[in-house]
Amino acid sequence: MKKFFSVLLATTMAFSVTACGNSSSNENDEKVLFIGGSGPLTGDYATYGTSTKNGSTIAIEEINNAGGVNGYKLKLVYEDDQADPQQAVQAYASLMDDGMNVTLGGTTSSACVAVSEEANKDNLLMVTPTATQKEATQYPGGFRVCFMDPDQGTYAARFIKENDVGKKIAVLYDKSSDYSVGVYENFKSEAKKLGLEIVETQAFTNQSNTDFSVQLQAVKSSGADLLFLPIYAQEAAYVLTQANSASLDVTFFGVDGLDGVIEKIGESNLSLTEGVMLLTPFVATSQEQNVVSFVTKYKERHGQTPDQFAADAYDAIYTIAEAFKTAGVETDDKQFNEKMISAMTQITVNGVTGTMKWSVNGEPEKAAKAVVIQEGVYVEYKK
Amino acid sequence: MNFLSNLISGLSLGSIYALIALGYTMVYGIAKMLNFAHGDIIMVGAFATIVFINNLGLPMIVGVLLSVVVCVVVGVLVERIAYKPLRSSPPLSVLITAIGVSYFLQSLAQVIFGTNQKNFPKFIEITPVHINELTIKGESIVTMTVTFSLMVALSLFISKTKIGKAMRAVSEDKQAAELMGISVNKTITITFAIGSALASVAGSFYGLTYGFIGPYSGSMPGIKAFVAAVFGGIGSIPGAMLGGILLGIIENLAKAYVSTELSDAIVFGVLIVVLLVKPTGLLGKKTNEKV
Repeated sequence: MKKFFSVLLATTMAFSVTACGNSSSNENDEKVLFIGGSGPLTGDYATYGTSTKNGSTIAIEEINNAGGVNGYKLKLVYEDDQADPQQAVQAYASLMDDGMNVTLGGTTSSACVAVSEEANKDNLLMVTPTATQKEATQYPGGFRVCFMDPDQGTYAARFIKENDVGKKIAVLYDKSSDYSVGVYENFKSEAKKLGLEIVETQAFTNQSNTDFSVQLQAVKSSGADLLFLPIYAQEAAYVLTQANSASLDVTFFGVDGLDGVIEKIGESNLSLTEGVMLLTPFVATSQEQNVVSFVTKYKERHGQTPDQFAADAYDAIYTIAEAFKTAGVETDDKQFNEKMISAMTQITVNGVTGTMKWSVNGEPEKAAKAVVIQEGVYVEYKK
Repeated sequence: MNFLSNLISGLSLGSIYALIALGYTMVYGIAKMLNFAHGDIIMVGAFATIVFINNLGLPMIVGVLLSVVVCVVVGVLVERIAYKPLRSSPPLSVLITAIGVSYFLQSLAQVIFGTNQKNFPKFIEITPVHINELTIKGESIVTMTVTFSLMVALSLFISKTKIGKAMRAVSEDKQAAELMGISVNKTITITFAIGSALASVAGSFYGLTYGFIGPYSGSMPGIKAFVAAVFGGIGSIPGAMLGGILLGIIENLAKAYVSTELSDAIVFGVLIVVLLVKPTGLLGKKTNEKV
């Protein structure tokens, strides 16, 4: 009896293996470039992963509907990692078992850094849409679509100079946050290069992030006309409230950390955000043709305006497709990974977040845009 | 101009510290305990104001007054439930209980209101006063005026009324006061009620000045106010006022002229120096232990 069962079991297993083989050989009739990725689809950060998944899915469909790339169709599998590095690595491993060709890495920074370690061991190309932390692209195969954290300081200085947003600049930053310090230091060195005048620099720490009266007073008496705020939205909400009662009249300029300041400051104080500017890679209200088409599609499908996560992910898929096209390589080529990675530095992608090129260190080169808040809505800043 | 402006915002900040410090010092003077949950009463008061004004749509003054009532109730309940059963326990037990109450209030606020900072309604809109280049914030003017009036009222209450006299008697000698027919428990309850009421007012001003309140908003001002109370001489009411105001001014001037990051270290450093030179604090009296 026992023997019978074991034979039965063995037959079933053998059958399931053949079944598996059959189904994959069916898919192989159509050549597929398998892109995998992970991000938080549940939990506290679920909006990030969901946006990334939605944005990349739209790009995949567009490319496939237009006939694919080099005779290949693109396939995306996007797993939930709850922004946890360990789960992201597990998702990566299971995607690799399924035959992933290129990875989007993780959506959040720490998860992406963990995935980049694994991808480097496999020598796989990783194009992360959204991981801003420096280490995410430390390996040769790592590239990103968004700006690296501290680079935003450089781009902010260039934007202020080119668009003549302010002449006398004051800075208020959080000395206890690596993010804020990194952005500030790059801003300072780029401002020096460009000949922008920084007239006042004030700092605070996470132990003293509610009372800014002294710092704002110093900014006021310095005669600055622009206050650069490389800080997060909650602190910025404090700053805007107190600047108002201290009658400080300057242009407030921030980077991506400031995103969300409208929600933080609340309905009743909405007028305080009027005219606040922030550097951003993506402006949903832009009139560029590709942006309009992406935003319309996204709204139809998901009922909301795409955020920068969705836009970065959309561009990441087009970037991978472009690299694949340029590399002109078959997925079963032994040199597939090397050719894909070297193609990354040759391509130029005209995406919804701007026209991008990559250097070997994996950082994108693209023009920064800025939005200005008008009546609680982000509007693209035009000189 | 800068100096004056920083001085005034320091005075305003110091007024808030002083209001909170009064609660610490009164409770210490009368019950001989450190109520570390006192800082969180500010947060309770501020959240109550938000609920009354924003959610229930009550008029400003009614909302602020009702939040005082809420704080008095919470303060008295805390005293009855957590501290009264420990009246004859060692001071350390009471101190640890107070820390427990502090965590309890913070967690409760997190459960009810979430961890995000909430908008505080601007219940009084006063346009800033401009004198030449100097701008005085409307909130500062209100905070300082109300604090000053409350301090005068409290001093009169303590020196002129019967209850005030009872409070002074209990603080002087509990047993003797009891023998003279004063209810010590009732006096302690009244002390907690007054302290909590002042904390609630401080909470409203804190919210008005900074615009946002979170579950932990009370802890840092609470610690600073405790320092202010020790600085001025714990147990001494004028000491708490002086200590609070001086602390606010030192903090702001240290921020302006030394370093924004080191201002807290400077504040606590000044405390250490004062305690080394005058261990009872600025206005504290040296008490001889009766053996």
